Amino acid sequence: MSATIARPRPGRDREDAGPDGFVRILRAEWIKFRTVRGWVIALVIAVVLMDLVGLFAGGQANIVCNNGGGKTLHGAACIPRTPLGPGGEPVNDSFTFVHRPLTGTGSITVRMTSLTGRYGGGAGPASQGPTAGSKIGVQPWSKAGIIIKQDTRQGSAYAAMMVTGTHGVRMQYDFTGDIAGLPGTVSARSPRWLRLTRAGDTITGYDSADGRHWTEVGSAALPGLSSTVQIGLFATSPFYAETSQFFGGTTGQSGPSLATAVFDHLSLSGRRPAAAWAGYDVGNQDAFGQQSAQLESFHRVGGRFTVTGSGDIAPQVPGGAFGGGLGSTIEDHLVGAFAALIVLAVVGAMFMTAEYRRGLIRTTLAATPRRGRVLAAKAIVIAAVTFAAGLVAAVIAVIVGVRLSHDQGMYVFPVSWLTWLRVVAGTAAVLATSSVLGVALGTMLRRGAAAVAAVIVVTVVPYLLGVAQLLPLGAAEWVLRVSPAAAFAIQQSVPAYSQVTGDYTPPLYYPLPPLAGFGVLCGYAAVALGLAFVVLRRRDA
Amino acid sequence: MTPLAARRRKFTTVRAEWTKLRTVPGTPWLLAATMVLTVAVSIAATAGTRCPAGVACPLDTTKLSLTGVEFGQAVVAILAVLGISSEYSTGMIRATFTAMPRRAAVLAAKACVTTGPVLLAGGIAVAGSLLAGRLVLPGHGFTAARGFPPVSLADPAVLRAAVGSVLYLALIALFSLGIATAVRDSAVAIGLVLGLLYLFPIIATVAASPDWQRHLEQIGPMTAGLEIEATTGLHSLPISPWAGLGVLTAWAAVALVTGGLLLRLRDA
Repeated sequence: MSATIARPRPGRDREDAGPDGFVRILRAEWIKFRTVRGWVIALVIAVVLMDLVGLFAGGQANIVCNNGGGKTLHGAACIPRTPLGPGGEPVNDSFTFVHRPLTGTGSITVRMTSLTGRYGGGAGPASQGPTAGSKIGVQPWSKAGIIIKQDTRQGSAYAAMMVTGTHGVRMQYDFTGDIAGLPGTVSARSPRWLRLTRAGDTITGYDSADGRHWTEVGSAALPGLSSTVQIGLFATSPFYAETSQFFGGTTGQSGPSLATAVFDHLSLSGRRPAAAWAGYDVGNQDAFGQQSAQLESFHRVGGRFTVTGSGDIAPQVPGGAFGGGLGSTIEDHLVGAFAALIVLAVVGAMFMTAEYRRGLIRTTLAATPRRGRVLAAKAIVIAAVTFAAGLVAAVIAVIVGVRLSHDQGMYVFPVSWLTWLRVVAGTAAVLATSSVLGVALGTMLRRGAAAVAAVIVVTVVPYLLGVAQLLPLGAAEWVLRVSPAAAFAIQQSVPAYSQVTGDYTPPLYYPLPPLAGFGVLCGYAAVALGLAFVVLRRRDA
Repeated sequence: MTPLAARRRKFTTVRAEWTKLRTVPGTPWLLAATMVLTVAVSIAATAGTRCPAGVACPLDTTKLSLTGVEFGQAVVAILAVLGISSEYSTGMIRATFTAMPRRAAVLAAKACVTTGPVLLAGGIAVAGSLLAGRLVLPGHGFTAARGFPPVSLADPAVLRAAVGSVLYLALIALFSLGIATAVRDSAVAIGLVLGLLYLFPIIATVAASPDWQRHLEQIGPMTAGLEIEATTGLHSLPISPWAGLGVLTAWAAVALVTGGLLLRLRDA
């Protein structure tokens, strides 16, 4: 058959040459697509399915809670008040703060000789018996040290030098910043010296093992820091989590913990309004503004300060140990993308295989002998159409889904508009790329069934294995790195923080960063398109 | 027509379908792919699973060894779908019905000749997967001393899981054949089959309430059908193993009956 079709010779004037010619091919492919009623219906079905599944995902929770005053609340009234950090992310910000004001440039230096903790039993601020039944032990991310904070409100800007339970000395600032300092744990024989200096908006942290040789750990710019800030000592300790991670799941116990730090050699420099050291429990109230039982405290004996605190100064994460992982994310409502993906992969594959089945491919290639252009035009048309359908579906699913979740009393992690856009447009892009993969596989295999099955098996099944706990955790993460299902990482709206203990496993968290994951799918699609191009040129139609 | 002639004619239908299936170049490849994919994925799953000392591993080693069935079923579905939709795509179906006007008999014959090779390939795939589990898992901490006896067909529960998995693959073939008969186009059929198989467990994982999750797992053809692989924790399953396989049988029966009715009512 191909013998009758003239191969184009380069350099000759041809109707399909040049940009105008390609626009004509694009138009031809677009007409082919929109005039097949079944494919247009399939697009509508994909959108409807995606939204139905997405809304079902958050659609049946019925949250009832008690505000502590004996009143029963329903729905949105149950959503806890969550402080937001300077970057707009939801944060935990509760700690014991021994503070005094500082105006303008200044610094604080202290020696820390001990960090101990208790957890389990009644070790919580809201508990009846202060430490009844608790166990001794410090949490990996228990923190104590010195801090410079805008004010004592939750979520205000800060920078801190701290000793942690097992992660050594850290400089942390504005909840998401985290820089490692001296490693190792603290003890009376191996104390840690910490120093913070403020100059303008910049706060610099130093650490030292002996108080003489200082190392700069890092510096943080806190834009808009007022001239008078609160400076002092702090201690806090996040929820403990005794989990056993296995086979994709985690089981275990969680609860509040306490950390106690001992400081001496406290010195301040700079202009300070006259004030004494004051203990304050930042964020010592529950979600409904009720004051919790007082447990955290500080004692001062001469130059020796003992500070005990519970809570955390860190971003909140879904599934994090603190707060028990209550709350949903915007991508929870995008799980219907799998239903849409299956439908759109079918459409993509058929867009090509239908030509073979009806013999239309011979007409198409006779009209456009440069076969690569036909493939490119098909890929562009299917990508544009499925991206548009996916975008409509994703926007509806997220907007309506988040609204539904909120009304039912489910806390939805707020995200920046940029992240929102990335998640929504990214989902549409995953659908578009998958249908291009369908076109490419359809070209190579020429059989609709094989092409569709291939797309589904490489994108949906790895996700299923990863999230439905069908595979052990390590294998599941590995699958979500190398298979095209890695692309669903683009839906992850809340990042994993190394400085927060959390359950960073699928389906809440993907092993690859968003764009890298999407890149994996793009790589597969590009390779498939390349092979399809070669095969289409070499083979008889 | 004498009863003997009628019987012979029925047999002719089966033979005709068998010849078609046997001589299509795709069939041996798809059967081979079923076996290779199933065993390969099972090996990968067992090789990637370890039970470190001192950790409790609440794990069903038989089910883990049979992980590949979740992939292998996709190939079985392709094989079964192509069994009828390729006739529609080439127009062969008209010749078939001209030679054999009793359409239900054609569908029944197709069901028979598809099931046979799938049972055989499925049997080999399941045996290979279990063998891999038996060889690999004890070296990864799943020892008899810790409550994980080596996977063995002498254990009635393991035998049930193995036989059930082979039956599961055969039922998937019948289910796919029914759907493909109903919708005719191979791409749509495979999309529908795999969608029905894989979407139930995905939707179940995101369902907010445990009741919904349980119900979804009870009615999904894959989630219910694969409970046949469970050998431990039988009390906490959403549906008992044989009842689960019964759910898949119902799906397959409904698909085949629907396909058969449409076949009778519709032009070829």
